[in-house]
Amino acid sequence: MPDLVIDRWLHIMAGVAWIGLLYYFNFVQAPGVAAAKADGTAAGITKHIAPRALLWFRWAAVVTWLTGAYYLERSGIGILNALLLKAPHASIGIGAWLGTIMIFNVWVLIWPNQKKVLGIVPADDAVKAKAARVAFLASRTNTMLSIPMLFFMVTSAHPLPKFW
Amino acid sequence: MKLPLDSIWGTIISGLVLTVILYVFVVNFLSKGA
Repeated sequence: MPDLVIDRWLHIMAGVAWIGLLYYFNFVQAPGVAAAKADGTAAGITKHIAPRALLWFRWAAVVTWLTGAYYLERSGIGILNALLLKAPHASIGIGAWLGTIMIFNVWVLIWPNQKKVLGIVPADDAVKAKAARVAFLASRTNTMLSIPMLFFMVTSAHPLPKFW
Repeated sequence: MKLPLDSIWGTIISGLVLTVILYVFVVNFLSKGA
């Protein structure tokens, strides 16, 4: 089934873009903006870099999820079987659950709050501060979840190794 | 109160711990599914 090969290829490319930008936000941009605010040079990042990075980030998440769902259905696994962790699809099911929680965080917690932080949506300073905290914690939660998500995605093609 | 997620290393360690917990769960309780 050539469509499955192309779908999986797109899934991995979009996933690299999504998780790559997630790691950029957490490991580079957040500490970089904190340092830039201290010397008054953060405006360029928040005006020109962050909105573009967020655009690719949130739509890469959509493509990743959709191509993953397509793969589950077309490969014969079934989205429902995966999400119900039915044998022998528990590994991919855990990965699918974590990815679904992560895309929820992107569109429901990170993006709406980042719009307030970046001034795309008007907000006073108190609302911006609260929005920044929610977006930060949601982004850090996704970084944490990406670690088991990638483990279970990668190991889903093989039986899980037993270390004892 | 400072959360583990407030630091990069706290986030990474939390992710590794969660991986181990989920791995043990799958191997022991969903072993046919692993």
